[in-house]
Amino acid sequence: MTTPSETPRPGAEPAKETFAAAGADVDVVGISPVREEGMLADEPLASPFDAATVAEAQALAARYPQSRSALLPMLHLVQSVQGYVSQEGIAFCGEQLGLSEAEVSAVATFYTMYKRKPCGEHLVSVCTNTLCAALGGDAIYKRLGEHLGEDGKPLGHEQTAGTPGEQGSITIEHAECLAACDLGPVLQVNYEYYDNQTPDSAVELVDALRRGEKPAPTRGAPLSDFKAVERQLAGFFPEDEEAYRIDVDGPSQAVETLRGAQLAADRGWTAPAMADDAPLPEVEAK
Amino acid sequence: MTADPITPVLTKRWLSPQSWRLSTYEDLEGYSALRKALKGSPEQLVQLVKDSGLRGRGGAGFPAGVKWSFMPPNEDKPHYLVINADEGEPGTCKDIPLMMADPHSLIEGCVIAAYAMRSHHCFIYVRGEALHPIRRLNAAVREAQAAGYLGADILGSGFDLELTVHAGAGAYICGEETALLDSLEGRRGQPRLKPPFPAAAGLYAAPTTVNNVETIASVPYIVNGGADWFRQMGREKSPGPKIFSISGHVERPGQYEAPLGTTLRELLELCGGMKDGIPLKFWTPGGSSTPLFTAEHLDVPLDFEGAAEAGSMLGTTAVQIFNETVSVPWAVMKWTQFYEHESCGKCTPCREGTYWLAQILERMVDGHGTEEDIDTLLDVCDNIFGRSFCALGDGAVSPITSGIKYFRDEFLALCESNKRELVGAQA
Ligand SMILES: Cc1cc2nc3c(=O)[nH]c(=O)nc-3n(C[C@H](O)[C@H](O)[C@H](O)COP(=O)(O)O)c2cc1C
Ligand code: SF4
Ligand code: FES
Repeated sequence: MTTPSETPRPGAEPAKETFAAAGADVDVVGISPVREEGMLADEPLASPFDAATVAEAQALAARYPQSRSALLPMLHLVQSVQGYVSQEGIAFCGEQLGLSEAEVSAVATFYTMYKRKPCGEHLVSVCTNTLCAALGGDAIYKRLGEHLGEDGKPLGHEQTAGTPGEQGSITIEHAECLAACDLGPVLQVNYEYYDNQTPDSAVELVDALRRGEKPAPTRGAPLSDFKAVERQLAGFFPEDEEAYRIDVDGPSQAVETLRGAQLAADRGWTAPAMADDAPLPEVEAK
Repeated sequence: MTADPITPVLTKRWLSPQSWRLSTYEDLEGYSALRKALKGSPEQLVQLVKDSGLRGRGGAGFPAGVKWSFMPPNEDKPHYLVINADEGEPGTCKDIPLMMADPHSLIEGCVIAAYAMRSHHCFIYVRGEALHPIRRLNAAVREAQAAGYLGADILGSGFDLELTVHAGAGAYICGEETALLDSLEGRRGQPRLKPPFPAAAGLYAAPTTVNNVETIASVPYIVNGGADWFRQMGREKSPGPKIFSISGHVERPGQYEAPLGTTLRELLELCGGMKDGIPLKFWTPGGSSTPLFTAEHLDVPLDFEGAAEAGSMLGTTAVQIFNETVSVPWAVMKWTQFYEHESCGKCTPCREGTYWLAQILERMVDGHGTEEDIDTLLDVCDNIFGRSFCALGDGAVSPITSGIKYFRDEFLALCESNKRELVGAQA
């Protein structure tokens, strides 16, 4: 057991005594030198998550053999409510899954899709990996930053033009390879693909978004907003069958995607024909 | 008999209107392989996949049937099948179009593979940015469930399978199979020490097999066509068709499903040659982690052996093509920045090494490099390669070592002007 002592001086000089945490009988607030401004409030943060979100979080936890597996989808769910992963969001996930806030934080900060500051209505991700960059991705990202910046200062990675929560606000980021290299340079708005972009087309696109319009993606569902797609990433899709079908049936058959298959069809090329009933191999039963 | 230049197997339904719907899939032989498989035994299916010679399409090319046979025959613990749909290796863009165009082929493959490995819960781990494929997969799972292809007592066989589509959250390292398992358990995606291998202790420490999307989607065709049919395409040790994703400076980039062993010369013919006739300078055979090739390598057969013998790797057959206008040191710098960003930080050689590599390359590209920097780069690469905890570290040095090997002059040219300055400074 150690007893509290004077404040150690900075430097290599070893302290004469070690320090112990204040016991339960010490009025920490009472002896605090920064009593007025510096103390943390004791009452828990008001939760921005309603009963419906709690129910959804529980449904996620039940989807997996072990509930902790629901953490990634649950962080997406939290983002669908708040537009980012807030401290309350971290506490919420911890509570739902019986994890400490530190455990949840460690996970949330590992993944780039969890945003730590409120995101705009739309998230615009420009691929600046080598192949897209060589085809113009770097130029697109630079133009967008300059175009959306203010007072001659370009908008940077994960910065927002406009006010998060308001219509037409846009957060931009540079992204790694988005697995659409044959359609490069590409960008995504709320993870829907806009293929074969140029600096001009990208500027036109963000201008439309700023005006509150929702230009259709090249591949993907009709554009919604960042929060709405985070709900889908959490695993919750539109209840309304028709709305759901419209999303699912959003276009995907890009010319590039189909090129090989089309060329084969045009030339009459096929894989070798299959025998009518190729038997499964014989093996000794175990 | 030689196969046609393009052999649409996985891609054959992609041209059909609404190819992603169950009705289209069923009209085009969909789920017929499942019926056939469920009449056989799990052992027969494992043997079939072994006989076919199917090798993993996720990059490493491990024989799929052999991997399946590592799963214990008993069911003391639940068995898991996990599909790696984290597609993030720069240049790779085949799994995402496949899942969009034909999600049922993956699901049918999952049910057959799960049956073969006595697994009753399958997870498809899709990278989070791939939202549209996630949607299509979810819709397909719903359809398959309603039609009795998933769930309890599939097609009256007594076999049950639950399938969960799981979205990732943006981390390339989660494509590494053990990092993927940690991520799927709700943790930071960092690789695990092997052994134990996933077949012994994988998801929730239970026997697990991780396979790539394209690997598993190939299975229904092998069940229907048989091993000999599959082997009519490709080469002895690398049989079958493969989706080559051609991107960059070519006339018609896109997805071309051709037999393994096809050369770049042949692929260029299919995609209309170099864009505007500007000559080829360098290319990746299978993503940025596979050492660069040059115009010297036009006739290398692109299969696992051919690419390796020529000093690279087949990887994911992500063929990224760059013409003479692109600076090699710049491209190498960009890729290195990617690895620096994606290094998970678990081991020192990769975490620190990629950081320094990026710094040096940035300085060189910025015009402040010296000849010594080239040696330093190679030295740091030497300290990463083979000394890192997972294959990301090895992949990170590929562009640098191969870039310097074939284009040393370009790196030197970046240092030319500084050489004189240095001499002056010494005088
Ligand atoms: C850094 C890194 C990233 C990887 N990314 C992927 C990926 O996105 N998709 C994939 O299928 N395999 C990826 N792999 C390979 C997997 O670890 C694993 O070998 C593969 O999923 C096994 O499936 P297969 O045998 O069917 O190819 C990656 C490996 C490393 C080291
Ligand atoms: S090699 Fe890199 S990515 Fe792999 S474990 Fe080490 S730090 Fe992580
Ligand atoms: S490099 Fe941009 S999508 Fe692959």
